[in-house]
Amino acid sequence: MRDDILELLKNNSKLSHEQIATMLDLSVKEVEDEIIQLEEKNVIVKYSTLIDWDKTDKELVSALIDVKVTPERDFGFDAVAKRIYKFPEVNSVHLMSGGYDLSVQVEGRTMKEVALFVAEKLSTIEHVQSTATHFMLKTYKKDGVIFKGENKPAERLVVSP
Amino acid sequence: MNWSEMISPRVQAIPPSGIRKFFDLASGVEDVISLGVGEPDFVTPWHIREAAFYSLEQGDTMYTSNYGLLELREEIANLLKRDYKLEYNPKNQILVTVGVSEALDLALRALLKEGEEVLLPEPCYVSYEPSTLLAGGKVVRIKTKAEDNFKLRAKDLREAITSKSKVLVLCYPSNPTGATMDKEDLEEIAEVVKEHNLIVLSDEIYSRLTYEGEHTSFATLEGMKERTILFNGFSKAYAMTGWRVGYVAAPEEILQAMMKIHQYTMLCAPIVSQKAALEALRNGDREVEKMVKSYNQRRRVIVKGLNEIGLECFKPKGSFYVFPSIKSTGLSSDEFAERLLKEEGVVVIPGNVFGESGEGFIRCSYASSLDNIYEALKRIERFIKKL
Repeated sequence: MRDDILELLKNNSKLSHEQIATMLDLSVKEVEDEIIQLEEKNVIVKYSTLIDWDKTDKELVSALIDVKVTPERDFGFDAVAKRIYKFPEVNSVHLMSGGYDLSVQVEGRTMKEVALFVAEKLSTIEHVQSTATHFMLKTYKKDGVIFKGENKPAERLVVSP
Repeated sequence: MNWSEMISPRVQAIPPSGIRKFFDLASGVEDVISLGVGEPDFVTPWHIREAAFYSLEQGDTMYTSNYGLLELREEIANLLKRDYKLEYNPKNQILVTVGVSEALDLALRALLKEGEEVLLPEPCYVSYEPSTLLAGGKVVRIKTKAEDNFKLRAKDLREAITSKSKVLVLCYPSNPTGATMDKEDLEEIAEVVKEHNLIVLSDEIYSRLTYEGEHTSFATLEGMKERTILFNGFSKAYAMTGWRVGYVAAPEEILQAMMKIHQYTMLCAPIVSQKAALEALRNGDREVEKMVKSYNQRRRVIVKGLNEIGLECFKPKGSFYVFPSIKSTGLSSDEFAERLLKEEGVVVIPGNVFGESGEGFIRCSYASSLDNIYEALKRIERFIKKL
């Protein structure tokens, strides 16, 4: 039940409790209780909307930054990550395996703003060894959703056998 | 040229499709929401499409064996064994066809002598009758009832049988009602089939879309495999309607007879479709499960919605159709569907298109987005309140 509710909300957070209850053949009370629990346990972290900003007038620049960090005894990656994720410019932070340690996504209004953030804030943090900034030029797919314009919707007959 | 004299009387005797009439009506209306579509609203899963690209890239552009690719037939045999414990020899008991429609036509043409009778439990899929007529057979319809959840009852079957009865067509889960038959129901039918030496054409195209209970394949019943022609395909479960690929599993003698017609008409199913079907069978289960889950959720929404509006609707256990009664509105199926289309822009199919016993019902397909279903329900409710 839990996974099914999460799956439905992941695809459409606008679904009402009644709608979810009908779809999963549960009572509204069961759905409500489960969702409250999921929220309290921070499994559902936030309800948000996926927006294709490229279609709006809003200026928005995103960059993915590979960050190499020197981990220290009793310090680890968590403390550095915390220093980084506290910045409002930072959208996401992941600890990675491979050639670098932290993958940091930063958003700003202009490329200059992002570049300055990296130069002045990010790279100056103690234990940050190096950064490599990759600006995102266009979003084709995000969170499993292909952004429209790439895929023509299938045309179906209005009536068929 | 006087064509009406030239065209075969068999073809002339066939009335135009009731579904087609609605297609024409609907094309003149704007802002239409359609619950009239009998095909998945999913696009064929990507890995299957990708397999087709790859096959073209590899130069797979030739004919295949008339039977279809052997490796595909082997996978079909594996599937039938895995899901139903049915053993068919892929070499001579399985034939890949251009959809189940072709397969049905082949079977009827291979079996029927002039005037022999085909028993059709109705409401049923619109092609069964014309295919029978084109093959020179005669249709005997058996009415099923809403209070029986549109199941075929052995008693009704027995009453319809005459000395000319030869073939019984079963389609469960059903288009248009969504009805399913459980094992016990089918066992009663099997008794009658044996008593009267009937051949069963079992159209199981919706078998994977069974939401409650398990699908029973007719050929698994005792003594039935030898007298059953089993039809299935890829259109519904794998969202592959446009690929036109289906298959038949049957005893060798009848399969050979069907093969004869197939090789002189279709020759073989398109190779790209066969390659795609192969990928579907090998790696498609996860995608099928996802789609089935989604249909099931929508099924619950539409059944509840229709019942709340006052269109009494039994909860079908299979396919992606619901078949609510519209008798409470006092309108005929035709009037209801036509007015609903013209006044609210919602396409549903009048139940009588699928046979007389469908009168007083409409077919709604829930292979449509949840938003569409909610909007359609809203419009249907508004329409009924106006009546």
